[in-house]
Amino acid sequence: MMARLEDIALADLRGRCETAVKGGARMQMAYAWFPDRGTVPEIRYLVNAGTTQPLQIWRCRPRTHAVPSLSTIAPLLSWYEREMMDLCGVEFEGHPQPDPLALLPGATAATPPLRPDATGALSYTPERSKLPEITGPMNEDVQILPFGPVRADVVESAQFDFQYVGEGILHYHPQLFFKHRGMEKRFEGLTAELGVVLAERVSAIGSVAHGLAYCRALESAADCTVPPRAQWLRVLLAELERLYNHLHYLGHLCHTTTLKVGEAQGKFLEELAKQINSRVSGSRFLRSLLTPGGIRREPLLAGLDEALGALQEQFLPYAAMLEATTTHLDRLITTGMLSSQLAFDQGATGPIERASGLDRDPRRDQAYAAYPELPLKVAVRHAGDAHARQQVRIEEVAHSIELIQALLRDLPGGSIRLPCRVPAGAEGLGWAESPRGSLYYAVHVDRDGKLGRVKIKSPSFSNWRAFAFTVHDSNMMDYAINEASFGLSIAGCDR
Amino acid sequence: MPLWTLYGLKQGKVSTAWPKSGSDGQAGVLGMPRFDSSKCQSDCQACAESCLPKAITMIDGAETRLAVDYGRCVACQLCVEVCPTGAFTASSDWAFGVRRREDLHWAQAVAAPEGEALKSSIQRFFGRSLHVRHVDAGSCNGCESELQALNNPFYNLHRLGIFFTPSPRFADLLLVTGPVTYAMRGPLLEAFDAIPEPRFVMAIGTCAVSGGTNGGGYACGNGLDGVLPVDIYVPGCPPNPAAIIHALLMLLERSAQRVRAGHVTDGARSA
Repeated sequence: MMARLEDIALADLRGRCETAVKGGARMQMAYAWFPDRGTVPEIRYLVNAGTTQPLQIWRCRPRTHAVPSLSTIAPLLSWYEREMMDLCGVEFEGHPQPDPLALLPGATAATPPLRPDATGALSYTPERSKLPEITGPMNEDVQILPFGPVRADVVESAQFDFQYVGEGILHYHPQLFFKHRGMEKRFEGLTAELGVVLAERVSAIGSVAHGLAYCRALESAADCTVPPRAQWLRVLLAELERLYNHLHYLGHLCHTTTLKVGEAQGKFLEELAKQINSRVSGSRFLRSLLTPGGIRREPLLAGLDEALGALQEQFLPYAAMLEATTTHLDRLITTGMLSSQLAFDQGATGPIERASGLDRDPRRDQAYAAYPELPLKVAVRHAGDAHARQQVRIEEVAHSIELIQALLRDLPGGSIRLPCRVPAGAEGLGWAESPRGSLYYAVHVDRDGKLGRVKIKSPSFSNWRAFAFTVHDSNMMDYAINEASFGLSIAGCDR
Repeated sequence: MPLWTLYGLKQGKVSTAWPKSGSDGQAGVLGMPRFDSSKCQSDCQACAESCLPKAITMIDGAETRLAVDYGRCVACQLCVEVCPTGAFTASSDWAFGVRRREDLHWAQAVAAPEGEALKSSIQRFFGRSLHVRHVDAGSCNGCESELQALNNPFYNLHRLGIFFTPSPRFADLLLVTGPVTYAMRGPLLEAFDAIPEPRFVMAIGTCAVSGGTNGGGYACGNGLDGVLPVDIYVPGCPPNPAAIIHALLMLLERSAQRVRAGHVTDGARSA
């Protein structure tokens, strides 16, 4: 499925966006790039007119004027616009919160880093994050807790600022992007094949989804075919990735509710899944198989069916016990409520939006690889709390195992790779439903046939934004549980 | 209400006793490709062109045409696939922890291991109990995923007397992942300064060793060299939990370094 490209005049942009949003559309992503390696940006918006509608791309060429901000119409665009201000030097008129996002407070670049002529490193004098001013008669009772970026346990770096009174959280600001590595820029000048190696290293626990979305973007740019067997094996890899991620998620969630045996068992099952991964692919993260045009070598499938059967046998009673443990459920039910309206408006994705009643899944709605030919089930819950998020993940583990087993029964034979030559100047969009939600890659190929601009939208970029709304007005005791129930990663968000 | 204790007991013991005995859990894992310079043909540079992190580079005029730096290798296996003569072959060599960065550079001849370094005081002080503080300096989260795995019931790191600690004040070892982003450089140095001496530093993963595929650019450094003094380098993308355990035991002189001049020297397969 190709995304349709449409030119939108700058003057019509807000009007079109209002009409689309009123009609139930969701703005999925926005980014800027510099055609012909020039200095004039072109803005792209990725629009999903309705859940099962094909994706559309709006193209907007601002030339001299600044671009009108769409954040007041589609709030989830706020982060994309702020990122474009930081990294591409685009001005957005009327942005309600024009603060830096992808660059830390105090970081500056001589030239916007994603402009093709930019060279050199950022300069940086650390500054405190901007927190809302608190006024009123008892404002001295409000405490500020800056937590991080180095935090307890083996976790990714980020700083969380809490403004709170006693147990109650008034305001929460996650200062992400300590891990911003400038990954999108690193793709510039690479060949299509080498780009996969990099895509797999944007977020390790989403290696397959990143590699797959990247390959699909190039395949759509090259308009090349992927052989059926490779399409099926791609689903195998993607579902194996979902398995170990969701098992880790359950173990970690038990850690926050102090259910020790539940934690140990979840993490043990995750280890079993990772060991299955390495026997199948040679990599515990299922890396080094994907390539534009197919997959690089045959995975080893001997014994996989039995191993997954044994895993399912251990998983089902474990999941049933989690769902029957009142001390665990007490901490999850009504914790971190995310309404379906908020989930939709703020761009929550994956198991998070599906736990808030939004029945959306690109594997079915904008189907790709071999998903249309396989018995895919989409888990949906309506409560929007931490418990619903656990339930969606539990169901997805069981579904993934069933899906892989069905896939192994009917796996077609034949070749696994066809040549994929990407024409100079081409562009393509690829997506995948990662364990954490939908992931997009937009790729623009330069005139020499090498990669030009590569834009990555990771699921956690969307879910971190939605997450903050569930923390305001909650309490400190529930914070860790709520955060674990979202299953967020930082490497992909920060890039 | 489920009886978790009973359930846990019924699961039995699942921890491996590796490296003393039992499985290392890494069956099937592809490690660093092995290089055989005698098979390298003279008019080809396919491997160097397919090596994103530049672990393989061409040297003009030298007898061995290639320089191979395992400190930059991400084990993507592309060199194995493109080499027409089998000079690079897939291997299960993943325990690549070394004390000196030079030992990750491939050389034709492997110098005889220097007489085992004088037993330092590390074994006396920390041999039975080591406390580790981890800092993520901009990783892709792969190294964290494997570090977290160390405490799962299979590897059960505690059995070796090694513990992660939240406070650098209680730590003996700083374990760093990632190529060191501009934003994490300061917090990383602060964490190091907060660790009382004697203290040790371990660079976990190819990014921390050399920058790997992700280092450099406008927002990143190239790993720990020049930032902190490194005691053990552990390349790998990411190093698997057994490779990390091997490196930790190596630091404690409870396990021997296996790699010299880019060769696995003890001859034994890692399994």
